[in-house]
Amino acid sequence: MSTKTPSRLEKILDAGHLAVTSECGPPRGSDLEVITKKADMIKDYVDAINITDNQTSVTRLCSLAACIHLKMMGIESTLQMVTRDRNRIALQSDILGAASFDIHNILCLSGDHQQFGDCPQGQNVFDIDSMQLIQTVKLMRDQGKFLGGDDIDRPPQMFIGAAANPFADPFEIRVPRLAKKIAAGVEFIQTQCIYNLDKFELWMEQARDRGLHEKVYILAGVTPFKSAGMAKYMKNRVPGMDVPDEVVKRMSGVAKEKQPEEGINICVESIQRLKEVEGVRGFHIMAIEWENKVPEIVERSGLYPRPDIG
Amino acid sequence: MIVAERKPIDEIIGFVKDYNKILLVGCNECVTVCYAGGKKEVAILASALKMAFKKEGKELEVKEVTLERQCDHEYLEELRGFIDQYDAVISLACGVGVQFMAEQYFSMPVFPGLNTSFMGGAEESGVWSERCQGCGQCILGQTAGICPISRCAKRLLNGPCGGSTKGKCEINKDLDCAWQLIIDRLKELGRLDDYEKIIPIKDWSTERAGGPRKVIREDVRL
Repeated sequence: MSTKTPSRLEKILDAGHLAVTSECGPPRGSDLEVITKKADMIKDYVDAINITDNQTSVTRLCSLAACIHLKMMGIESTLQMVTRDRNRIALQSDILGAASFDIHNILCLSGDHQQFGDCPQGQNVFDIDSMQLIQTVKLMRDQGKFLGGDDIDRPPQMFIGAAANPFADPFEIRVPRLAKKIAAGVEFIQTQCIYNLDKFELWMEQARDRGLHEKVYILAGVTPFKSAGMAKYMKNRVPGMDVPDEVVKRMSGVAKEKQPEEGINICVESIQRLKEVEGVRGFHIMAIEWENKVPEIVERSGLYPRPDIG
Repeated sequence: MIVAERKPIDEIIGFVKDYNKILLVGCNECVTVCYAGGKKEVAILASALKMAFKKEGKELEVKEVTLERQCDHEYLEELRGFIDQYDAVISLACGVGVQFMAEQYFSMPVFPGLNTSFMGGAEESGVWSERCQGCGQCILGQTAGICPISRCAKRLLNGPCGGSTKGKCEINKDLDCAWQLIIDRLKELGRLDDYEKIIPIKDWSTERAGGPRKVIREDVRL
């Protein structure tokens, strides 16, 4: 693979380093400091920071504005973009807006259903889906065309990412689905949080059987548990999440005040094991409202310092 | 068929509380089949309205009629001879019938007695579910005969999303994941490889997005 964009994340991956990304959720208000503080805390420990796009359908400061703030701080961001809230006009328009600020990474998502958020009575758009958003960004970047066929003046230069959930059902199409996203034009993948490592390894094995690990950079997603309660919640309440009983037991097996530490231990151990999986090209650390733990996780996992690639 | 449900009685009373004589019109088509607006439901609603008025010390005269169809001017014309004798009409048809009624009897107040739900069918006795959103460009040939537009909560053309769990949708454990159904049927048909064909961005101009739609067939026009 060779680089197609000025993205630092892409350069790091292309150079063969294990990449580290993390994410920050924008605030439920317009206080810029919420996001800049979080970003400042982790910026030296990650290669790019995803900014979520109204995650779980709860209205927040927009991803694009937050990415611009990070850009102004000199931090590379990944613009998360869901197709739930905007039609193809708005999506292309926001892609250009991001491109005008030289935001070079995008993560193409469908988005959670609005039922989970603060506007369950709202309409959803889904003019296109995540697969088609990947195609759209690729068309805009590589052919310099709008979906309508017209030429774009100064096309976006974005490293194209998407999510993959090896744990959702039906399992048998999880690798074909990855292949489909690659065919659509995706270049990096950030996976759903991995707790069931056996199942993840099986998914990777099937991906390798088809040579997919050589066609896309796969960043393994990890999220540390803060408590046994969180582990149970993720297991029982979060759609598409696979938390094995042993992990919940391990969290429940330690005293409450020791649980955060145990959660970090599990996370670091997972990263160590995943490093050995052929085709894992980096990590996406989603420390939900616990960003201050990202440096520790990165250091303990032997992923610090980050490569110095401009 | 078009599936509908009767509006709450209080909402209907709210429409007609200031009238003395109303015409209550049922429809013999879809809404009869789904037990929402046929002859029987007309009779039940008429009794309920009369009782509610009586409780308030008022008298309501209700004429019950059930037409063959309300989405057809020819049948609506059957009301012409006596509709003027009433203060208002409650139509127990779908939204199409209510509007045809209002168009045909321009000076008559017309109120809906039903909420029109969707285009669907009866899965079993007493259970109806959606199957079609009338997008105007059927894709069932590409999706193993199962419509992701009407049956996937995100109408994903290239699903399933990451929220599909044990064959169910992330928004409701009782709701089948449309993409699980599609995959199951592709497998049954020996066409699972088709799953990897990307369904292109859809032209929604034949759907609601393109504005109110019309079908004109010159060959059958008078």
